[in-house]
Amino acid sequence: MNSAAVSVGIVSPQRFHSVAPLTLQNGSVLETYELVYETYGTLNTDKSNALLICHALSGHHHAAGLHQEDDAKPGWWDACIGPNKAIDTNAFFVVSVNNLGGCHGSTGPRSINPNTGKTYGPDFPHVVVKDWVNTQAALADHLGIDVFAAVVGGSLGGMQALQWSIDYPDRLRACVAIASAAKLSAQNIAFNEIARQAISSDQDFNEGRYFEEEKNPDRGLGLARMIGHVTYLSADGMGTKFGREVKSGDFDAGDDVEFQVESYLNYQGRAFTQYFDANTYLLMTKALDHFDPARETKGDLVSAFQKATCKYLVLSFSTDWRFSAARSQEIVDALVRAKKNVASAVIESEHGHDSFLLPIERYTNALKTFLDQLLIMQKGESE
Amino acid sequence: MTLRGDLALITKLINADARVLDLGCGTGDLLASLQAEKNVNGYGLDKDPTNIQVCLSKGVNVIEQDLDAGIANFADDNFDMVVMTDALQAVRDPRGLLREMLRIGEECVVTFPNFGHWRCRAQLGLRGHMPVSKHLPHHWHNTPNIHLCTTQDFERLCHEENFRIIQRRVVNTQYREHWSITLAPNLMASHAFYRLGRPS
Repeated sequence: MNSAAVSVGIVSPQRFHSVAPLTLQNGSVLETYELVYETYGTLNTDKSNALLICHALSGHHHAAGLHQEDDAKPGWWDACIGPNKAIDTNAFFVVSVNNLGGCHGSTGPRSINPNTGKTYGPDFPHVVVKDWVNTQAALADHLGIDVFAAVVGGSLGGMQALQWSIDYPDRLRACVAIASAAKLSAQNIAFNEIARQAISSDQDFNEGRYFEEEKNPDRGLGLARMIGHVTYLSADGMGTKFGREVKSGDFDAGDDVEFQVESYLNYQGRAFTQYFDANTYLLMTKALDHFDPARETKGDLVSAFQKATCKYLVLSFSTDWRFSAARSQEIVDALVRAKKNVASAVIESEHGHDSFLLPIERYTNALKTFLDQLLIMQKGESE
Repeated sequence: MTLRGDLALITKLINADARVLDLGCGTGDLLASLQAEKNVNGYGLDKDPTNIQVCLSKGVNVIEQDLDAGIANFADDNFDMVVMTDALQAVRDPRGLLREMLRIGEECVVTFPNFGHWRCRAQLGLRGHMPVSKHLPHHWHNTPNIHLCTTQDFERLCHEENFRIIQRRVVNTQYREHWSITLAPNLMASHAFYRLGRPS
């Protein structure tokens, strides 16, 4: 089956406007906030087939389908979400939300601060994974979903799924953490800091108030994206994709040649500045660095998982060095010690961290089988 | 579901609600049966993608892990029973793995094909070629079985390591017991089951 051939079709984002004040983990309060989200599939009558998608660093609510017939690209996880795909929209009611602090329509640094009447910019409060999980739960309330059949995410999204299982143990039956980690390694934080420095040292950054001068730290944000991209690919994967192919120039003529990989990275960097906000990038990377559910249990991850009741699927990829298989194994080991139901697989792939976005057969089969099995078991229990 | 004879035997050895780790769990038949019949909290380790996929379809807690990389990631005394069916002969360090099994688990169950079985002896001793049988279907050049042993060899190792042999079952190719096997196990048993405890 050609995965591009089946799709959820044309989708429209919706908005959830919360009027209940939200107290964030750092103590600051948002009197109101909005979340933009999409849904795919149909919620069944007993509302037992809802599945929440949590997005990664540069993700958003538009995970599957097209907004318009002539869109160049479908949503970011269209490879996995759709009719008969791994996350089967014939079976599940999929909810995909743009996180608080994002730059695709949910309240964030680009929004107007109601207290000042001005754009938040760098004054938008520091949000962490727990805050996202709380706002996603508020959205679930709004949609009438008491319990998610599964909460699913890759990378930073996987962290949200894990936090869900700890903070709302009664509100999900399964947690799927893909290419994720229970906390970032020093090396991973280091890459985030380099990306942040790239942004904040751009002369157009203006301490985060670039929009006041109608400027944008394009160079810094682009550079941050380029650094990220390199770490999301594997050495072999880059070799296969680009090799030493030359885009322009001629060695023999003594030109200053441009390699394909340079051209690709420059393009990715430039493109990113068109749709992503620098302050959001800083906020998201900080949330990544901050994440460590074991902080609440004196560093003991096993205790952190103690309250959880759902079953887990933990997937990782052989060449992912940004969120390596060893980090996933740490999650699995803690879950086994905490006596939680968990399955895991390390998927062979040359595509590094980016693998989680790709239609890799063993990966999508494993994900689909696990999720379909949930519904079979659920049906068995209710009969 | 009808279990393979050896797995049915192991199921009998495991208490209800036990915490079980199955090393080299294959397609998860034992764990699926233990979960359904004895409500165990069970996990299986395997490295084969096809096996893992089958386990997922059964809702078994399968964890992708290569036994040859060790099982040091599991905590001491974390399981009531650690099981390894027909994998002992295929691992790189059987002695080390047995020690690890009894570190992680209170007890362990190990099963393996008995290389001392008369058919093996006849094939090697009389016909002069490496044994090939129902339980050992590979040829010398493609076998994953790199540490074959006899029941006598195994018991010698247990003695050296002070492992307590709590129970032994020696069976024929149909996994049935018979007085003739009990009489001369190392010659007559095609398969052996050992339930081991820590050194007393």
